[in-house]
Amino acid sequence: MSQSFVLPDYQELARLIATRTDSDVLRALRSPVLSLGDLAALLSPEAERYLTEMAAKSQAITTQRFGRVIQIYAPLYVSNYCTNRCLYCGFSAEHPIRRRRLTLEEVEKEADTLRLRGVNHLLLVSGEAPKMMGVDYIEEVAKRLKGRFASLSIEIQPLTEAEYARLFAAGITSVAVYQETYDPELYQRLHLAGKKSDYTYRLATPERAAAAGMREVGIGALLGLGDWRAEGLALGLHLSWLRKRFWRTGLTVSFPRIRPAEGGFRALAPVSERNLTQLIFALRLFDHDVGLLLSTREEARYRNGMVGLGPTRYSAGSCTSPGGYAEGENADEQFAVDDDRSVAEVCAAIHGQGYEPVRKDWDACFQA
Amino acid sequence: MVMKILVNGEEKEAPVGVSVSDYVKALGFDPETVVVELDGHILARADYSCKQLREGCELELIRFIGGG
Amino acid sequence: MLIIAGRPFASRLFTGTGKFSSSDVMRKALDASGCEMVTVALRRIDLNDPEDDIMQVLDRNKFFFLPNTAGARNAGEAVRLARLARASGGGHWIKLEVTPDPRTLLPDPVDTLVATEELVKDGFVVLPYINADPILALRLQDAGAAAVMPLAAPIGTNRGLITRYQIEIIIAQARVPVVVDAGLGAPSHAAEAMEMGADAVLVNTAIAVAGNPVRMADAFRQAVIAGREAYEAGLGAISEEASASSPQTGLDFIR
Repeated sequence: MSQSFVLPDYQELARLIATRTDSDVLRALRSPVLSLGDLAALLSPEAERYLTEMAAKSQAITTQRFGRVIQIYAPLYVSNYCTNRCLYCGFSAEHPIRRRRLTLEEVEKEADTLRLRGVNHLLLVSGEAPKMMGVDYIEEVAKRLKGRFASLSIEIQPLTEAEYARLFAAGITSVAVYQETYDPELYQRLHLAGKKSDYTYRLATPERAAAAGMREVGIGALLGLGDWRAEGLALGLHLSWLRKRFWRTGLTVSFPRIRPAEGGFRALAPVSERNLTQLIFALRLFDHDVGLLLSTREEARYRNGMVGLGPTRYSAGSCTSPGGYAEGENADEQFAVDDDRSVAEVCAAIHGQGYEPVRKDWDACFQA
Repeated sequence: MVMKILVNGEEKEAPVGVSVSDYVKALGFDPETVVVELDGHILARADYSCKQLREGCELELIRFIGGG
Repeated sequence: MLIIAGRPFASRLFTGTGKFSSSDVMRKALDASGCEMVTVALRRIDLNDPEDDIMQVLDRNKFFFLPNTAGARNAGEAVRLARLARASGGGHWIKLEVTPDPRTLLPDPVDTLVATEELVKDGFVVLPYINADPILALRLQDAGAAAVMPLAAPIGTNRGLITRYQIEIIIAQARVPVVVDAGLGAPSHAAEAMEMGADAVLVNTAIAVAGNPVRMADAFRQAVIAGREAYEAGLGAISEEASASSPQTGLDFIR
């Protein structure tokens, strides 16, 4: 049995970045192929003054590799039950929020609403509550929705390889699972109870999904928890390891960012828009083929500006509370959406930037 | 007494009951450096001295040569 | 240090033993090359010439012999040759060459994969010779190949790295050593392959048919060392043509 992905010492990652110099950054900017050391340089404070140059290169690479397009998707929250107690999340078991798990009929209704709005790529999301929301339930959802969407992705609790294989057979084509923070010590402090407190099991989840045959696997870190620069380098390491081991699997990175919220969790290490931008550009220069996702956590102004510069997929018209699309909210949401434009509005804005919003890129019938 | 056998595709004569290793030596080759295929089966070197050739058998004698 | 299937090799230059004008020249050239790994082929004995035996010329203690399946036109023939090589005491390493077209001697991708799978199962350490096809290289690694040997140009053409872009991809994606084999016509080609990150190169024709094979072998030896040194020293980044326009939108939208 071959080894799982292992991250080098997290403090070493931070140290590597901190010791990068201006000439390291210049060398990284001029290399056609970036090493991990180059990625560290582009994530370092020394690279901040070169943001415009990074933007130009990121734009050139993204355009050449992906074209002048942005793919549109939407999340469908099927349940906000959760057994974990993550300090930073609205769904934490601690919080006395209104909990809801959609019935299969309600899921179909939500899905149809999204289809009518022009969404073809659906991301099924839930809190992590295996008893309330296990593999059987998701399998049923997948079967019910089969054929209605170009692709069905999931962002739920980590599963075993066999469970992913079952879901793949049922019609799920991609899996997103975010490590939240790659810093093992911080991870333990933030995830006090529930299955999520197992750092290693979560870290090995992308491999299990890929081994099960998923077409795509998405990774990410919740920006605002650990040191974003070290998280960026960890993401780079994780990406290259996954590419080597699972060369048939498409890879994406998401950038969920903790935003200041009333009475909500405050970011431990706030990440500014400039920081987020530097991270996105650095990863694009490092990996020309990885999909980069920007969600509706980010404001319309920012997302408009970033079209063409690196990100390749945007969620639109998002509602992060179960049942929120068809009925309007009656259960609590995971995070406040800052870009509340409709799908049509987001598409129009993308057109406005001179790019094509792609609502459909695959077809369920291609899946055996 | 001689018999007819095939060696590397050529018809040749060999003494009846001769062992593989004796026959190879008789041809001027060192059994240690020669690979023998008898009737389509690779012969283990350890068996060269005890394996006897029979009438009409097909012997392939192969060895290493220069190559890229 | 180069390691293939757990065995270290001091030299990253592998040499072939074919096409030399005489055994004596071959032996001297191999010594001058500093190589540790040499390839040999298997052929029917020439019944009229008992003296022509490469194994007498080369010291088995000095060189690691890698038998190849040169001449095989399909997987079945290659597997048979591999087993013959093993039976001869040639060890369980094999350089797999499946070349159905005698004119170009280009390797058959399908039968190479089939033969690799069978030979790996049979306990061989397999080094397949392939066209520089990155997907084929990945499939062979998945099948258990101990290295991959993509060609720079067809055997004997001495054209250098005409497949350089694909070889770059193969090197970037490889989980096993990459040995660039065939078509390297000059020491500069070998140096270039090493600078790109190849783990080793195999050279035969360019040395064997050179005006002075012994000196050419020495030149290749130096080139491989130089190329590897440069790679490990971290080649200076090549400055790309300036991306003329800055992004059409500035970054003023960022708060």
